[in-house]
Amino acid sequence: MTVSARINGALRRVPAWPLYLLAAAYGAWEFWRALTQQGPYLVEPINVLERSYGEIALILLVAGLVVTPLRQWSGVNLIKFRRAIGLCAFFFVVAHFLVFAVLDVQSLGRVWTEIVKRPYVTVGMLAFVLLIPLAVTSNNLAIRKLGPATWKQLHKLSYIAVILGGVHYLWLARGFQITPLVYLGLGIGLVALRYKHLVRRKQPA
Amino acid sequence: GAIGLVPRMADAQSGLEPNTLAEIRNYNNFYEFGTGKGDPAANAHQLVTSPWSITVDGMVDRPGDYALGDLLAGLTVEDRIYRFRCVEAWSMVIPWNGIELADILNKVGVQAGARYVAFETVVQPENMIGVQRRVLDFPYVEGLRLDEAMHPLTIMATGIYGEPIANQNGAPIRLVVPWKYGFKSIKSIVRITLTDEEPPTSWNIANAREYGFYSNVNPNVDHPRWSQATERRIGSGLFAARHDTLMFNGYPEVAPLYEGMDLSVFI
Repeated sequence: MTVSARINGALRRVPAWPLYLLAAAYGAWEFWRALTQQGPYLVEPINVLERSYGEIALILLVAGLVVTPLRQWSGVNLIKFRRAIGLCAFFFVVAHFLVFAVLDVQSLGRVWTEIVKRPYVTVGMLAFVLLIPLAVTSNNLAIRKLGPATWKQLHKLSYIAVILGGVHYLWLARGFQITPLVYLGLGIGLVALRYKHLVRRKQPA
Repeated sequence: GAIGLVPRMADAQSGLEPNTLAEIRNYNNFYEFGTGKGDPAANAHQLVTSPWSITVDGMVDRPGDYALGDLLAGLTVEDRIYRFRCVEAWSMVIPWNGIELADILNKVGVQAGARYVAFETVVQPENMIGVQRRVLDFPYVEGLRLDEAMHPLTIMATGIYGEPIANQNGAPIRLVVPWKYGFKSIKSIVRITLTDEEPPTSWNIANAREYGFYSNVNPNVDHPRWSQATERRIGSGLFAARHDTLMFNGYPEVAPLYEGMDLSVFI
């Protein structure tokens, strides 16, 4: 038995639902630390919490795009966890937006001004909006109703969302910073893999 | 004039509640030690601040490499509680101990043709982990017009709360210009140059559209990527309210320095 088959066999016994609990617990834990101003939240919890939720959302979006190439290259199949990864990413995007709107900017008028006037907010907001139909259709009923082909097309919006998320992060950084570039690079790389795949399939064998 | 200055300064400073030393020391921008707000606190202990000397050159009567103690000998250290407004739209209140920059400049003798003062931060590559990452083009440099430098509000700080200034706050000596965005108040200074030309400044080199030479706190001129109309005071917790940012950060006595200048152009 190959290593990947052994891993897949072990994973068959692991359910996906604990991921939701883990994500909720992590989000609540970070909120608690911000509320009580512990660790990195010691001095200025609002900005740090905003960044923390944004970053974990970006990590999960990237992780969701890793599932397919990982299966193709190593045979390790995480596909049954992908819905949970994607939905958790969306939950953290919502949490990120709420911290921005309620705790940081603090008024609906100013939220709207920020979205319209600040390109990095516009880009982040666009990524958020693109993820809404994906979150709504991340269930078996939606797949049946849309049909697998349409559903797959629709969920390619995640490619755009992850790149917009990386641009959003890079755009708000001051000076030349590495971390946002890494996320943007990963996002573009993972999307490019799909593009190469599509091109290859179109060529005659 | 000085007579008008005193009561207005008192007004601006009354009711200012200083941040705690822990807050002041653990939320910093000092990119030579990393770009995270906690990075300077974690990494700045490696900075070597003793012995320290400052090169004074350019259009001065008495240029030279001054040991810090010699440069400051005989000058008066004052307590100044100032608002500190970061260009990132957060603010603190800091009880500085420092010397008026004018006193230092008078000591070295400013020559008649000098119009600007340029400053430079130390570079110790082995001790400053952010320097290798080249987030900015180090050494960090800043500058003031001579009349800004000579203004009585402008100080060179050597302490906070009566304690020697912490490394992450710009030890052993830093500039404090309370009506300008924080990045103008250059830290850990090793060179002061008097010149007749507007000196280059680090953030302006990095992005001239976003960071002008003057960088006066101005709620009416937004940063291209965010609003400067309001600010969040550090230390008010997760539900901290936003406050309106004040013109010149609440130091209207500096307005005459910019008479006739369009401050939406000279950013």
